[in-house]
Amino acid sequence: MKHLLSAADLDREQAITILDTAGELAALTDRSVKKLPTLRGRTVVNLFFEDSTRTRISFEVAAKRLSADVINFAAKGSSVSKGESLKDTALTLEAMGADAVVIRHNLSGAPHRLATAGWIGGSVVNAGDGTHEHPTQALLDAFTMRKHLRGGSGDLEGVRVGIVGDVLHSRVARSNVLLLRTLGAHVTLVAPPTLLPLGVETWPCDVSYDIDSVLPRLDAIMMLRVQGERMHDAYFPSALEYSRLYGLDSSRMSKLPDHAVILHPGPMNRGMEISADVADSPRSLMVEQVANGVSVRMAVLYLLLGGMKEND
Amino acid sequence: MDSSRTRIVLDDSDIVRAIRRVAHEIVESAKGADDLVLLGIPTRGVALAERIAVAIAEIEGKSVPTGALDITLYRDDLRLRPARALEPTSIPPEGIDDRIVVLVDDVLFSGRTVRAALDALNDIGRPRAVRLAVLVDRGHRELPIRPDFVGKNLPTAVGEQVRVNLREVDGTDSVTINEGASQ
Amino acid sequence: MPIVLRGARPYGEDAVDLVIADGVIVEIAPVGSATGDVLDCTDLVALPGFVDLHTHLREPGREDAETVESGSRAAALGGYTCVHAMANTSPVADTAGVVEQVWRLGERTGLVDVRPVGAVTVGLAGERMAEIGAMAHSEAQVRVFSDDGKCVHDAALMRRALEYVKAFDGVVAQHAQEPRLTENAQMNEGVLSGQLGLTGWPAVAEEAIIARDVLLAQHVDSRLHVCHVSTAGSVEVIRWAKGRGVKVTAEVCPHHLILTEDLVASYDPIYKVNPPLRTSVDIDALRAALADGTIDAIATDHAPHPHEDKDCEWGAAAFGMLGLETAFSIALKTMIEPGLLDWRGLADRMSVAPARIGGVREQGHSLEVGSIANIALVDPQARRVISSENLASKSRNTPYASMELPGAVVHVLYGGNVTVRDGALA
Repeated sequence: MKHLLSAADLDREQAITILDTAGELAALTDRSVKKLPTLRGRTVVNLFFEDSTRTRISFEVAAKRLSADVINFAAKGSSVSKGESLKDTALTLEAMGADAVVIRHNLSGAPHRLATAGWIGGSVVNAGDGTHEHPTQALLDAFTMRKHLRGGSGDLEGVRVGIVGDVLHSRVARSNVLLLRTLGAHVTLVAPPTLLPLGVETWPCDVSYDIDSVLPRLDAIMMLRVQGERMHDAYFPSALEYSRLYGLDSSRMSKLPDHAVILHPGPMNRGMEISADVADSPRSLMVEQVANGVSVRMAVLYLLLGGMKEND
Repeated sequence: MDSSRTRIVLDDSDIVRAIRRVAHEIVESAKGADDLVLLGIPTRGVALAERIAVAIAEIEGKSVPTGALDITLYRDDLRLRPARALEPTSIPPEGIDDRIVVLVDDVLFSGRTVRAALDALNDIGRPRAVRLAVLVDRGHRELPIRPDFVGKNLPTAVGEQVRVNLREVDGTDSVTINEGASQ
Repeated sequence: MPIVLRGARPYGEDAVDLVIADGVIVEIAPVGSATGDVLDCTDLVALPGFVDLHTHLREPGREDAETVESGSRAAALGGYTCVHAMANTSPVADTAGVVEQVWRLGERTGLVDVRPVGAVTVGLAGERMAEIGAMAHSEAQVRVFSDDGKCVHDAALMRRALEYVKAFDGVVAQHAQEPRLTENAQMNEGVLSGQLGLTGWPAVAEEAIIARDVLLAQHVDSRLHVCHVSTAGSVEVIRWAKGRGVKVTAEVCPHHLILTEDLVASYDPIYKVNPPLRTSVDIDALRAALADGTIDAIATDHAPHPHEDKDCEWGAAAFGMLGLETAFSIALKTMIEPGLLDWRGLADRMSVAPARIGGVREQGHSLEVGSIANIALVDPQARRVISSENLASKSRNTPYASMELPGAVVHVLYGGNVTVRDGALA
């Protein structure tokens, strides 16, 4: 496997290899000398067409802990402003000898294009593209759930996960549905009908409009960020109504089984999709998700640059 | 494997004797078992380290901390072969600082694995001394590395394959050599 | 000396010698009997020269993508003798001055009849009616008006335009796309758009406008033409309207007869087009509608774009694909070979009907003595692998590159003159 563009690129065995590797890496980086020599002499470029300090830093730390040289390249998309085109940027990176390009782009499919258009020879890692996918986020979510619900090994067979919020615009939701399915989990998407994509009934998951009926059955609940601006496009009448009908507050949290955990890809809109007391409760794993993100991204970079076994 | 070209060089009782002898040599060299830590290199080195620890406990009447040291991330051939899944690394809670660490592996060949293990060790702590114990030394070193404790010196041709089977991993105890097989 | 098309098979029927003199067909004689400047047409099917209702020639303004001259070459090589040059140039063809400029450039090139389409609204902005009358009465004699690329979405404005063009038997060609339902739309809306995270272009955005417009056309008893019909639902609406006697005509693009949305999964912008590629269900409905006459014409929507506008991210890429040089092959593959149309049917959909809709009296004549000699001679047995490198268009954005397609245009006569001989410009 050369690129990671979609969570669908991973079969069960590969996904578990990444999670297991991340687990070992997490243990190694707990010690005082955090750095490993593995990717010494390799160059990883963080190519970000969209601001995302959290994701960029996560990839940067991951690459540096593996001793790769890291170049951060903040670019402007060709559609938005009259910046350099993706192609010219790619050719520049190729000339610099990038072994891997971690790309975040506001347009869906841009990483796919970068990997397949013949502009560069290195590996491409999708760090979030438009409203398409964010596979390393799904991996870190799966890693976090596996650790809390399955003792940190194997798959997620039988784990019931609710994903709540703006599925329509969420790359996190798409990647999670695909990966969680591959790992055997059972996903229920919860959102108002306006925030679900057409054809969602064909996705490998259940769909509900009613969060309260879903809560008691969940092992994990993932709250998606909902942008308040969406109400201007008539996806819902008001932030207040959204929060009342779909937000996770302490009374809803009490309907979750005792063992259930709460995830959020961040950044959170406190008071919108999640209340402050829920966000700060010990069942919320947001801080741990961030830490796990580094381990998972280390595993992805190590396995891709080492040329993980191909999909059959 | 083509069995007609494979012969057994150590059987189960040979292995038991070899381990017992190595355990004696380690204790003798360290003048006791007090500061010893045994670190096996996955996969079979870990099982060997545990057996040596049992043997030392029988000799000295005290247990020796053992652990596992995965060296995958320190290898120098990452560009040459597909990346592999990592094996667990577990360092005993006592740590390795100021202790005599004995690295344990099944076969010593090019020496590159041991080189990687020394690097890995360096990132974990500062032992007083590092020793190397192997079940089989088959020669053909590519680095200036030599073992301190050897179960069996086994002269081989470069193209031959030496295979160590251990009960814990393979279900049986034996060391075999496959003469025709290429690497 | 007269030109003799020796052994040509009009509409695929028995071979004859077609004799051309002074720009018209003067005699249809038994094979081998006529004398003159002989063009070997053995085994070639003779059809009236194709008429395209929907061509983007890009001049003035985007001469880097196409010019009237390069587009005319592409058209001639595709078997066309007439193209309708869409109004979305820069400046927009919304005045007599611009349409006359395009018309003159076409005359000067002399390879096909270039008929400018006039904009319905000033600057295609959808706010004020353009000087439609002035364009109609200009030298270009514009009869087709369209804001193509944009929809005339204001119902009152659309009604007035439909009424206004009645004065000179014009027609409003609507790009049916409800703007609010298609904001930032990238591909057909369906399961795949949801998976790919690309904003959907729902079929209803096309169908709702067509439904409104056929009712408006009926209400004011005017002619409506629907550009690039792409959905099964649109076909149903048009069929219903025709059944009620509404004066509506419709066109379908070659790519909507053969390519499906599945190609978008590659994120290769070569497949980005407006309206978007739809599903195989839509393809089947469009082919059936073209066969039964619900859809009147094949129109290319030939949309040249410079390489950099396609060699980029999907979302940043331009909409559109080339069509002139491959339209006949696609029609052959999708309509003739499966038996949905015979050669006379194809002649109707690619020549007679579009000439009638566009009000082009000199085009779309049947192959008989006295007709103006606009003739395409095609070889249905030929097979060719399409290459984006050897196209006459200045642009390279063909979606058929490396596909093998049947049929080839061998000779073309425009107004009695040979414009294409043996597959190359004469």
